[in-house]
Amino acid sequence: MEKVKVEGLNAYFSNIHALKGINISIKEKKVTAIIGPSGCGKSTFIRCINRLHEVVPHAKVSGRILFDGKDIYSSAIDPIEIRRRIGMVFQRPNPFPVLSIYDNVAAGLKLNGMKRKDDLDEIVEKTLKMAALWDEVKNKLNASGVSLSGGQQQRLCIARTLAVKPEVILFDEPCSALDPISTAKIEELIFQLKENYTIIIVTHNMQQAARVSDYTSFFLLGELVEFGKTQDIFTAPKDKRTEAYITGRFG
Amino acid sequence: MRKFKEFIVEKLILICGLFCILVVVLIFIFLLKEGLTLFKTVPLSHFLFGKNWYPISEPAQFGILPLILGSLLVTVGAAIISIPIGVGCAIYIAEVAPLKTKEILKAGIELLAAIPSVVLGFIGMITLVPWIKTIFKLPTGLTALSGSIMLAFMAMPTIVSIAEDALYSVPKSYKEGALALGATRWQTIWRVELSAASSGILAAVMLGIGRVIGETMAVMMITGNSAVIPTSILEPVRTLTATIAAEMGEAVVGSEHYFALFAIGIVLFLISFAINVTADMFLHKK
Repeated sequence: MEKVKVEGLNAYFSNIHALKGINISIKEKKVTAIIGPSGCGKSTFIRCINRLHEVVPHAKVSGRILFDGKDIYSSAIDPIEIRRRIGMVFQRPNPFPVLSIYDNVAAGLKLNGMKRKDDLDEIVEKTLKMAALWDEVKNKLNASGVSLSGGQQQRLCIARTLAVKPEVILFDEPCSALDPISTAKIEELIFQLKENYTIIIVTHNMQQAARVSDYTSFFLLGELVEFGKTQDIFTAPKDKRTEAYITGRFG
Repeated sequence: MRKFKEFIVEKLILICGLFCILVVVLIFIFLLKEGLTLFKTVPLSHFLFGKNWYPISEPAQFGILPLILGSLLVTVGAAIISIPIGVGCAIYIAEVAPLKTKEILKAGIELLAAIPSVVLGFIGMITLVPWIKTIFKLPTGLTALSGSIMLAFMAMPTIVSIAEDALYSVPKSYKEGALALGATRWQTIWRVELSAASSGILAAVMLGIGRVIGETMAVMMITGNSAVIPTSILEPVRTLTATIAAEMGEAVVGSEHYFALFAIGIVLFLISFAINVTADMFLHKK
């Protein structure tokens, strides 16, 4: 089953052509990794999928992204709705600074107008458990979100994303600011999450891509060089450039 | 030789620094010495809470309550006008305006700050005062309201530019975090950016108010200058600053009147100082 189908996607920053004619199919409830050297358009690519790219001044997008068969760039679609169904976890943990741990998780729900304390309590507990953070924070839910360690903050951001029940979760190098232990926790979490969610993860770390993903795509200079099963990409890449990159000859 | 040069430069800079501090200290001592002399003859409570400011009648009365209330009324009025508009403008510039508009607006705001207050006062006297007079059918348009409106124009550049800085320095990641959760643009601004920038915005407001309290020329020209306790914003009032400016020329040096004006200066100094300290606290709160 394909969840997201990208057709002829081009993205621009004023006159820089950041993504060139990308075509890719993202399978439902699988983890798809996006790898490639810095500046190759990985982050831009996933930011197109939740329509966050267009928030940057002078950024433009053309082409189609079908989400459950509907083009998210058609004028009938509300980007707010898309962003609720396609969640995102960022490179640097970005919990809301003035909110408590509880309110950080509840933020998305409150934005949707959910007010009943019982419902909120239940979802906050459930999502913090899913994000493997509950045991560490259950006694200090009113503490500030930024009082946590970096790894905990990132799991808090994952909980915040899970709370609004997205169908797809985009991870933009979620571990690049974290230590190895926190990284392992996040990877394990991603592994569990794919039972229920479609996951796209941008990563700099090829071991990470190999560990967590089912499919891998290799981007270079704004183009999709190769896309396939992770195993195939890492053991028998078809393109020379992919091979050069994964064997560490550049990037 | 090089060492000697370094030494000279270092000492010169030190002297410049000390000179500035010395000047401030001297001004402060002078203000205190002249101002506090009044309280040898006039009790502090009569000065602060006395309802009559009759500095040249016999016997003279130096109650500055009407002046304090005048300043307060004009300032509160100006704050009510300038804070929502100023903060709104800052939000527009920082978050909503396209780049070109943003630059034009920022330049415009700086220009507004560059208009001398006497010019603003003059414009207010010619345009605003007659309007207020006709609109509210008053005997005179020289009222606290007119002063508030003109002062709001003076506070706005301060409020806009500092609040805009505060909003601009909110990390983009907070904004994107909110947008990625499906927040609308307005929700993002209101719940995330304004709250993250709140201390900077409060500082902006305090500094704007500080500017209003200390302003003299424009208020002297358009508030009517009658030292009575105001009962409405549509009456003439006189502020602390305008009193000093208007009467210093005619007060006999060394008279009670003269000392009373310096005592008003101390009061103004304390108010401004308190406001700046509060603003500073907000600015450096992290």
